Amino acid sequence: MTVANTVEGASVTARKTGFRHVVTSIRGDGWASAGIITIAVFILAAIFAPLLTAIPGQNPYTYHLGLLDDSGAPKGWGGGISATHWFGVEPLTGRDLFAIVVYGARTSLLVGVSATILSVLIGVLVGITTGFFGGWYDRVMSRVVDVMFGFPVLVFLIALTAIVPSSIPRPLFMIVVIGLFGWPAISRVVRGQVLSLRERNFVVASTAMGARPGHVLFTQVLPNVTATIIVYATIMVPSMIGFEAALSFLGVGVPPPTPSWGRTIGDAVGWVQTSPMYLVFPGLALLLITLAFNVFGDGLRDALDPKAVRR
Amino acid sequence: MSDEPAPTVLSVDEVSISFAGQGGPERPVVDRVSFDLHAGRVLALVGESGSGKSVTAMSVLGLLPGTATVSGSIRLDGGELIGADAARLRQVRGGQIGTIFQEPMNAFNPVYTIGWQIAEAIRSHDPRTARAEVEARVAELLSAAGIRDVARVRRAHPHELSGGQLQRAMIAMAICSNPVALIADEPTTALDVTVQAGILDLIRRLRDEHGTAVLLITHDMGVVADLADDVVVMRDGRVVERADAATLFARPQAAYTKALLAAVPTLDTLEAPAGRVAPRPAEDAEPAAEVRGACIVYGASGWGRRSLTAVEDVSFHIEAGCTLGLVGESGSGKSTVGRALAGLVPLRAGAVRIGGVDLTTVSARGLRAVRKRIGYVFQDPASSLNPRLTIGQAIAEPLRLHTDASAAGRRTRVDELLDAVRLDRDFAGRFQHELSGGQRQRVAIARAIALNPTLLIADEPTSALDVSVQASILELIRRLQDELGFACLFISHDLAVVQALVDDVVVMRRGRIVEAGPAEQVLTAPRQPYTQRLLAAAPVADPVQQRLRRDEWRALNTADDDVEIVT
Repeated sequence: MTVANTVEGASVTARKTGFRHVVTSIRGDGWASAGIITIAVFILAAIFAPLLTAIPGQNPYTYHLGLLDDSGAPKGWGGGISATHWFGVEPLTGRDLFAIVVYGARTSLLVGVSATILSVLIGVLVGITTGFFGGWYDRVMSRVVDVMFGFPVLVFLIALTAIVPSSIPRPLFMIVVIGLFGWPAISRVVRGQVLSLRERNFVVASTAMGARPGHVLFTQVLPNVTATIIVYATIMVPSMIGFEAALSFLGVGVPPPTPSWGRTIGDAVGWVQTSPMYLVFPGLALLLITLAFNVFGDGLRDALDPKAVRR
Repeated sequence: MSDEPAPTVLSVDEVSISFAGQGGPERPVVDRVSFDLHAGRVLALVGESGSGKSVTAMSVLGLLPGTATVSGSIRLDGGELIGADAARLRQVRGGQIGTIFQEPMNAFNPVYTIGWQIAEAIRSHDPRTARAEVEARVAELLSAAGIRDVARVRRAHPHELSGGQLQRAMIAMAICSNPVALIADEPTTALDVTVQAGILDLIRRLRDEHGTAVLLITHDMGVVADLADDVVVMRDGRVVERADAATLFARPQAAYTKALLAAVPTLDTLEAPAGRVAPRPAEDAEPAAEVRGACIVYGASGWGRRSLTAVEDVSFHIEAGCTLGLVGESGSGKSTVGRALAGLVPLRAGAVRIGGVDLTTVSARGLRAVRKRIGYVFQDPASSLNPRLTIGQAIAEPLRLHTDASAAGRRTRVDELLDAVRLDRDFAGRFQHELSGGQRQRVAIARAIALNPTLLIADEPTSALDVSVQASILELIRRLQDELGFACLFISHDLAVVQALVDDVVVMRRGRIVEAGPAEQVLTAPRQPYTQRLLAAAPVADPVQQRLRRDEWRALNTADDDVEIVT
């Protein structure tokens, strides 16, 4: 049996797993690092918005009518950029644009991230159970998902804002509504993965050992779809932020004077000829954060996939 | 060596191959391998997985990935192939050297007919051939490859044919331009044993009739004994031993070859196996497991779906402490029976009783209690262990499910179990991808015996393993059974493996039991023609004996020489 022992004793080269490996991998990926740094900067800016705007001594609500000319456009170069107004001021009101963009990050990130979490929770729950249990439950839920996919969400939301009482905080309302309409895509992805995992031997083995379905689902199946879920969630955040911006752009998002990138962009479109910087700064912020999440999600997918070959 | 020196067709001289590591140093996989391929002779390249045998063969065709570095010399009819330009290599591939791959199911394009794909192969080397001529040639090749129903096969798409027919079509394609050499990379590994015998016969005929040189890559010593004239044994990228087949099997020189041959389980049809004496329990004792009149139908629910009867009217029982071998070819329903014993598939009719509990009527809670007494070992250990859990967590899972042992108690038990399957206790903290195939299967066995089961269901536990590892896993199962006294359902297609382990045998074919009885009777003096054919088709690792068995197999198959069917 010497052969057997030596052959079996030959150790297979270990592959790195776990959090540390992911960090190393992200660090080696320039785009993903840039993405996570950008995300961190935006989150910090949103959290410390009052401190940050206190440096030039501004807030997003004070009017500076003296900085505007007779037509309502800001005086001076680049929409009134100066030492106190870093991004210039808003036309017609003269409010500080830097403060608006920084406070707007609060709305965008709060709504984007919270709606994503809600969507992921619902989507994963539906996807994992439909894929695992199948049968009539799967058939019914899959039709529900089909209906959700074909639903005219935007029209529905605009109609909904007209009848929802204003006593409900608008950001909360938006989180719930966007979250409730965002889950079908992730549930489809998770269901597909679970369908193939369900047939794998380690899942069958667990059942054969006498495990309850819940145990199989959460200890055997779920850990194998977490990578997909994390990556998918990261890529969902920017689309949620974009959705919030779109609703605010259409005038059915967070109500004024709460700063929001979408509404500012919507307002700025009318001023693009006279004061282009009014559009550039919030637009750039929206572009940067969506790009950062997308790039980071891509890097994360590579880092979590053990089969991915480093280029 | 042979008396009349056959002309050398292909000469591989001092070939070394290394792969560029991921940022690391070059990883050598083949180290100065030399051999010559002679016209009309079969050279077998033998070795276990990772020995570099396939890589060596692919280097002949220049089909290695771009990260590989090849040095040395490969000459085909005197012309150098290493460093040859793409046009020359294309001329060689499929022109002068034909290739037969391991999995015929994956080697054909599913969207084209077989006839079209063979015609394509002919035209690619001679584009100006007339259409009618190509058609005639396709028919000729298919019948040369032993396909009787040529008209149907050439119009068929790959999914409409059986594995054996596909492999014959693949061989037809490989010989379409009258190659001087054939490379057969594990040509029968994915096929059933009765089909394998036919394919090996075909390759032998090609060698004899056309004088084709064959490079046969295999890990199966039985196939080597059946077909090879010369043998090169490889290990870790080096040639360990080379000899003609008769000498190698009669007087192996290298220690590795000896160990390899010793590890091959032999199917001895002449004398009764020296198996262990099973404890025969008292007559009135409850059998550990009992299947009575079981019928299993797949895909019956739903509107207008076609159902497939996987198992029909199967009955057998396993006494406590005994081992029952369930034998059959792929699609015979043997794995389905195994799953039914664990309550994993519902029965259409009949009953399955484990220790007196009927699984068809028991409640969900009762079923979980029954499963506590069942251990299950799967064919592919890699897929039966969750890649995201550590080995320790995997082994502790049944303990978590069925006992209220503390974390420390579970850890102690995991250590005991790792000792029982002869693995280091450190393995508890590792992940399954850090283990070799044999180690993984040991972990799966440790998990299966964690709760001292009364029944162990082992579904082809050694099929995915190298032969030397296989022997040690069988030894482990036997030893654990002696210690723990569980009954065992051993499912396998390999009769030699079954004979080494079991007390009783049940032979299944197309969902029905063909023959059942004590192992010594069924495996040495089978009564049913199917069992006889199955036994005769299994090659043994001895060229002399294998020649006798081959004649026996041919005699049995005169009535219907292609036993496979397509549904």
